[in-house]
Amino acid sequence: MSISFIIISMIILLGAAAAVSFSNLIHCALSLAVAMVGLAMLYLHLGAEFVGFTQVLVYVGAVSIVVLFAILLTRPAPFSPGVHVPWHGRVTGILVAGLVAGMLVGAVLGTPLTSHVGQRVITVKQIGMELMTTYAAPLEIVGLLLTAALMGAVILAAPENGEKKP
Amino acid sequence: MIQPLHACLILSSLLFCIGLAGVLARHNTILMLIGVELMLNAANVNFIAFWRYGAWAGQSAGVMFAIFSIAVAAAEIAVGLALVILIFRHVRTTSIDRVDGMKG
Amino acid sequence: MNELFSEWVRRAVETLSEMLRNPDQAPVVGKAFIVSVFPEFLQGVVGAFISIAALISVFGGLFALLTLMERKGLGRIQNRPGPNRVGPFGILQPVADGLKMLTKEDIVPFRADAFLHFIAPVILVMMSLLTLAVIPYGRNMAPIELDSALLFFFAAGACTELAVFLAGWASRNKYSLLGAMRAIAQMISYELPLLLASFSAVLLVGSLSLVSIVDSQGGFMLGVLPKWNVLTPWGFVGFIIFMIGAFAESNRSPFDLPEAESELIAGHLTEYSGFKYALFFMAEYIGMLAISGLAVTLFLGGWHAPVPFLGWVPSYCWFFAKLLTLACFFIWVRATLPRLRADQLMALAWKCLIPLSFINLGVTVFWHYSAAWSFAMALPARWGIAFLALAVPYTFLARQLGTKKTFARRTYRFAE
Repeated sequence: MSISFIIISMIILLGAAAAVSFSNLIHCALSLAVAMVGLAMLYLHLGAEFVGFTQVLVYVGAVSIVVLFAILLTRPAPFSPGVHVPWHGRVTGILVAGLVAGMLVGAVLGTPLTSHVGQRVITVKQIGMELMTTYAAPLEIVGLLLTAALMGAVILAAPENGEKKP
Repeated sequence: MIQPLHACLILSSLLFCIGLAGVLARHNTILMLIGVELMLNAANVNFIAFWRYGAWAGQSAGVMFAIFSIAVAAAEIAVGLALVILIFRHVRTTSIDRVDGMKG
Repeated sequence: MNELFSEWVRRAVETLSEMLRNPDQAPVVGKAFIVSVFPEFLQGVVGAFISIAALISVFGGLFALLTLMERKGLGRIQNRPGPNRVGPFGILQPVADGLKMLTKEDIVPFRADAFLHFIAPVILVMMSLLTLAVIPYGRNMAPIELDSALLFFFAAGACTELAVFLAGWASRNKYSLLGAMRAIAQMISYELPLLLASFSAVLLVGSLSLVSIVDSQGGFMLGVLPKWNVLTPWGFVGFIIFMIGAFAESNRSPFDLPEAESELIAGHLTEYSGFKYALFFMAEYIGMLAISGLAVTLFLGGWHAPVPFLGWVPSYCWFFAKLLTLACFFIWVRATLPRLRADQLMALAWKCLIPLSFINLGVTVFWHYSAAWSFAMALPARWGIAFLALAVPYTFLARQLGTKKTFARRTYRFAE
């Protein structure tokens, strides 16, 4: 465990914690972007260059932007009654998450795993070859899934015919 | 001293639980989707960590899984947010507590 | 101590003579010498710092030169002298501009999100500078040789979108927000043709590394014609699509809707002043230079000389000559073309450029597999088929774009 790993973990965990705890939704989405950049840094740190850059391209360049657009499109009307969140709901959620965290960390620490040390790299060419041979079928399915998701999202979010503009 | 693989796994467990806390404790649909994204990414960290520190040399399954997982997560968030926008158009709110019109 | 010093001087003189004998590799040799002076554990850091310092000084200088060139060129095209007061022929104008920007008051709106308002231009400049890191500027002169350099370029470019959104949202100004939303919609739409156009080059070379893409364009056909990608049918179409996408990505005229001053004041820049505004300005120009550099790398042969007998000119000179030519092209287009309408902008990207770039990818595949043809008229046949495959869809796509649309009467609502 090196200094850089600790710094990167701090960025990820603080960004993630901020992403679910700010009251301003825009700040949440931006913290999500920070956490995603941190994860990309972690992947680069671990030697998975391609995944790291893909992470930035997809999550910072696309997902955060889509989330931001959704937040701006669903702003509640001014003077609408604020959402009252019961405090016990919040406390229960955090308690459950804390318990799960404790169990997971305990399980990880209790498992004897040996770390393979030494460099491990994967080139873009290797990834491409694998995608075209071993993983050809998953690749096709992911393509279909993305197309279906794209069309589904457009059909869901597009205003229906004859619907009055708000 | 913690081994690097254990460190990565603990990091991903904590990330998962932050996402879980977000989904359970917040009542805004968009925030819940953000929480789900964090949980998916915690899984990705595990894939990459096992690829990097696992004992099976010469296999790229971890990286491949992470790439596919990123693609699926992108599809998920697109459809999820489209649903949120659709629901917002009907009930003018994104709070999960107000969307209980079909409760039996 | 004395011996060490004399040894150092001897090596310095050696390096200098090596640099003079072989100007093509002079920056590489010089950097290697400076790095070798430092102790072992510092060498990596020092090497990185030298690259960063060189990049920032060269592109900072180019930025200053470009602002002057733009103002002079626009002036000439509009039949006026342009700036001519500061220094001989106005060449010190960038210095005056810089001083003006530095000394202006920095205004932050009262309701603005102060932290995000501050961080947005910083992120924007940072990401624009990061994109410069992977471009090969000359033989052995890529600051970082990444295996997936092209992906890095687009990943860093994607972060600029977020910075533009930050700037627009944090200003708490409706013009800023509208401008930022327009900018993001435009950048996301035009990123697709940009990526698809550059993937045709990637497809043929079989690598995302920009260094190997440039290497594949070395050499000459028939002894005179350089093997640049732009001189193939798919490369030519890809270059045009790429340049249109590049204009839109850098928010330059005719795609400057995000900062359309007649409708939106200045878009996401409305609430920025002083040095922060200068940073935005700098990010725009550096982004423009970076994407032109990528166009040079992918389609115009990178640092390769255009004719065989000029091969002795240092490689980086060719790169920067091509880069400045493209920058002049940007200025020329800015002075010539009027701004698009928002619906035209989206129709152009989604209905014309994206289908065309998919067809172009198909033509690239055809070009790759027909390279093995060996009958007498193979080359004209390849060109003919590729031309037809691209020209016929283009005519239909372009015709469908030009249909006369009728617009409903606009009704204006004013606040009561």
